[in-house]
Amino acid sequence: MDYLLETRNITKRFGGLTAVDKVSVGVGAGEALALLGDNGAGKSTLIKLVSGVHQPDEGEIWMSGERVRIESPMDALAAGIETIYQDLALAENLDVGANIFLGRERMRRRLGVLKVLDDQGMRDEAQKVLDRLDIHIPSLKKTIRTLSGGQRQAVAISRSIYWDAKVLIMDEPTAALGVAEQKKVLNLVRTLKDQGIGIILISHQMYDVFEVADRLAVMRRGVLVGERVVKDTDPDEVVGLIVGSETVGKER
Amino acid sequence: MSDTRPKASAAEGRGVMSYLRSRWILVFLVLEFLFFCFRSEGFANLSALQMLLYYGVLVFLLSVAELFVIITGGIDLSLGYILGFASIVSIKIIQALVAAGLDPALAVLAGVVATLAVGILPGLVNGWLVAYLNVPPFIATFAMLGVCHGISELIINGVYAMGLPKLAADIGSGHLAYLVPGGVLSFFRKPVVERGVAVAEIVPNIVVATAVVVAIFAFVLARTRFGRHVYAIGGNMDAALRAGIPVKRRLLGVYALASFLASLGGVVYAFMYVSGKADAGASLVMDSIAAVVIGGASMFGGSGTMGRTMVGALVIAVLDMGLRMSGTPTFDKYILVGVILILAVIMERYVKERE
Amino acid sequence: MSGEDAPKGARVRRDASFLDSGAGRFLAANWALCFLGLMLVVFSLTGRGFLSINNFQNVVHLQTVPFLLAAAETFVIITGGIDLSVGFVMGLASVGAAKLIQTFLAGGVGVDAAIVLAVVIVLAASFLPGVVSGVVITKFKVPPFIATLGMWGIANGLALKISQGYPMAGLPDELPAIGNGYLLYVLPGQLLSFFGKPAGFPDSRIRELVRLVPYSLPFVVAALAALAFALRRGRFGRHTYAIGGSMDAAVRAGIDVDAHLVKVYALSSFLSGLAGIFNVFQTGIGNYTTFNAQYEFFAVAAVVIGGASLMGGKGRIWGSAVGVLVLAFLENGLALSGVQPFYRYIAVGVLLVVAVVIDKLFPDAR
Repeated sequence: MDYLLETRNITKRFGGLTAVDKVSVGVGAGEALALLGDNGAGKSTLIKLVSGVHQPDEGEIWMSGERVRIESPMDALAAGIETIYQDLALAENLDVGANIFLGRERMRRRLGVLKVLDDQGMRDEAQKVLDRLDIHIPSLKKTIRTLSGGQRQAVAISRSIYWDAKVLIMDEPTAALGVAEQKKVLNLVRTLKDQGIGIILISHQMYDVFEVADRLAVMRRGVLVGERVVKDTDPDEVVGLIVGSETVGKER
Repeated sequence: MSDTRPKASAAEGRGVMSYLRSRWILVFLVLEFLFFCFRSEGFANLSALQMLLYYGVLVFLLSVAELFVIITGGIDLSLGYILGFASIVSIKIIQALVAAGLDPALAVLAGVVATLAVGILPGLVNGWLVAYLNVPPFIATFAMLGVCHGISELIINGVYAMGLPKLAADIGSGHLAYLVPGGVLSFFRKPVVERGVAVAEIVPNIVVATAVVVAIFAFVLARTRFGRHVYAIGGNMDAALRAGIPVKRRLLGVYALASFLASLGGVVYAFMYVSGKADAGASLVMDSIAAVVIGGASMFGGSGTMGRTMVGALVIAVLDMGLRMSGTPTFDKYILVGVILILAVIMERYVKERE
Repeated sequence: MSGEDAPKGARVRRDASFLDSGAGRFLAANWALCFLGLMLVVFSLTGRGFLSINNFQNVVHLQTVPFLLAAAETFVIITGGIDLSVGFVMGLASVGAAKLIQTFLAGGVGVDAAIVLAVVIVLAASFLPGVVSGVVITKFKVPPFIATLGMWGIANGLALKISQGYPMAGLPDELPAIGNGYLLYVLPGQLLSFFGKPAGFPDSRIRELVRLVPYSLPFVVAALAALAFALRRGRFGRHTYAIGGSMDAAVRAGIDVDAHLVKVYALSSFLSGLAGIFNVFQTGIGNYTTFNAQYEFFAVAAVVIGGASLMGGKGRIWGSAVGVLVLAFLENGLALSGVQPFYRYIAVGVLLVVAVVIDKLFPDAR
């Protein structure tokens, strides 16, 4: 299939350690790819390569059929690659609108000359995108400190959507959430897929993977050890790939 | 997503108390003010109030500066000595210009501009150390404090920095308007009257200037992108970085801004006292940090507003003046500020938890 | 992110170089000591009278108070906190002790008894400011910076009230005699006497006497050694490091963090009180602390130069002692070399920044 975002033989070394070793993987529009692997497998580093935090030592990144150079987080954002980190990267002391527009604040002119923060405008836009994703947050004026984990996750996702993410990378999105909120986030992921966005999902929750992911890719010690279509596989096989099938004997 | 609707009305019924509680610092200020009104005669008249603001000007300026720095989660210990440095530099420059034959008014203007320009430098160094070398703000600004102190002493070389053209002294102790009873209102120039006629002085010049400066920076903090970024950096520096906010540049800007304000304070000091001292601002730093904290800002960054900080600064200014007027030596001030400071933080936590 | 990242401490850009060699590592780990050594050498050449027993003893003697304050600060900084009140608690103790002695003497108590009583009372009372700070910090969750800033003000105010803004004189001469006494008085090649100048020795020839080992030296060394031992080997010290390293982990390991922090701040104010008492012995007067003295800042600077991190978890008593010496000899050497005192401020500032930068470059070096 034609990938929206793809890495080709991408490699990253730190000193003597090869964290990512010639990994070629891709995600298509409207598809969710789950990225799996044990701690130290290289998932985080791969993500950071794609989102501009690290630069690859070898290999290439391609977007929509063209090679791109991503040399900083801003480049990644400009290319439409948005990342939602585990800690959500939200400012607790600001409200929903301010967070969605963090770094790209809207201004308006007062008295023709003065450029002033357009807080109300930002809130209105925030409300629109929240509505589009069917998320309910009672008061947009309060700081996000008052929101639940699931709501914050929703705000982080809304931020990416507002900025027209083409590819959304989510790192352990349901990790700190209760059951009901996990379901809501997974629904959000489905909504995003329907809107044609490509999603890369890092998750240890096998349930999440089998619920929303279309394909999965497993890394071990920096190497891509297997790709599967989710409906053609099962959790046991996946676990086997993650830990190395010598440990999990299973007839296939 | 589930709504987080506040539990019905048990909380709503206590509207007034909750309103007062969240604005407790204002309540405290009013009570404090009333207290001193009773303690000493003449506390509540116009001229006493103006004196209050007049002497409080330096604390106000430094509080604005510290607020910006503290919101980013940092602290600036060097502002007092930057103020001293600026007070000395301004006098030296103006004196030199006058001696070179420049018209006093021009000399004063040029001197002020030059001092402010030079006064940004310490802040730039502070910002560079904090943002680019990752030196903890406490250490960086403490080091700068010493450096400014050293340079100040170096410049005066044992001779007091004193003496400014009359114009500067007039601005420093002058008022915006004067009212001669009987109706004549004159601006900027004190009217010459016969002996025994009391001229009402309205609003000292430097108070006006400070009010304007405070208003400008309040605007910057609350309504500009720069201000928003300052809050973001204090709230979650990682988030700010990843959102593409130029964190290092902003930090540089914040410390430079603080340094600028401290230098402005130094110029004001020079105009007020017609002299410059290296340690002119030494105790002001602690007062301004106290003002910011009493005003509700968190030492960890991310919160604090100009209005509340000014209230905090007023608390200290009133305390100062009140103690002075009621005859208690200012030793008590330190004790009281210390106690108020601790109580303020405790109150803030209490109020926050109730929300 | 997901628990993975570049391996901790991976030095991406530096290749093997001098800095990784044995000598390089030693230099990084002990740069303050090496710098001190370098200074001693340089100043011996440029300073008049620098390299002399008198000078060295003098410097060390005058640093007694900074040593104690730096030691106090070390404990606090290791827990990740800070104590801004040390300078003023010291002043309070100094003034308080003086006042007590004056009162006792006026009340007819004998000189020796008055001194002993005053010392005991002040020492006991010295725990108080720290206990208060500690409780405010732990129970009321006030950040240490603010809590000790408040205590700074309170102690200062109290000290000023007691002293009314003047140094308190009128104290018995025994005090400076003990405070400035030396163990050994030697007339080279001829006389030797302990604890005082030889009986009947003419004042006119005083300058020929060589004084060795001020009382303050064994006192300070003993104090530092005891503290260092408690820090490195005692459970108290172990818990202090643990809290600084990770408060969460300390709590989960069952350490009563709140109680321990109160003890740490109490220790800090006790040492400040001790320093204040010593100050009275040294100067013979009760001194309140002026703003300019900035004792607390220099104490913190010494601790940082000595290798502690303001984040907590790192620091050593002897390291802080080296920090104090570095600052002291810097001033002393520059002064004796004819450099104007203001450069000292600049030098200290630069030194501090260097200390922090080195610490960042070599985080595991100590």
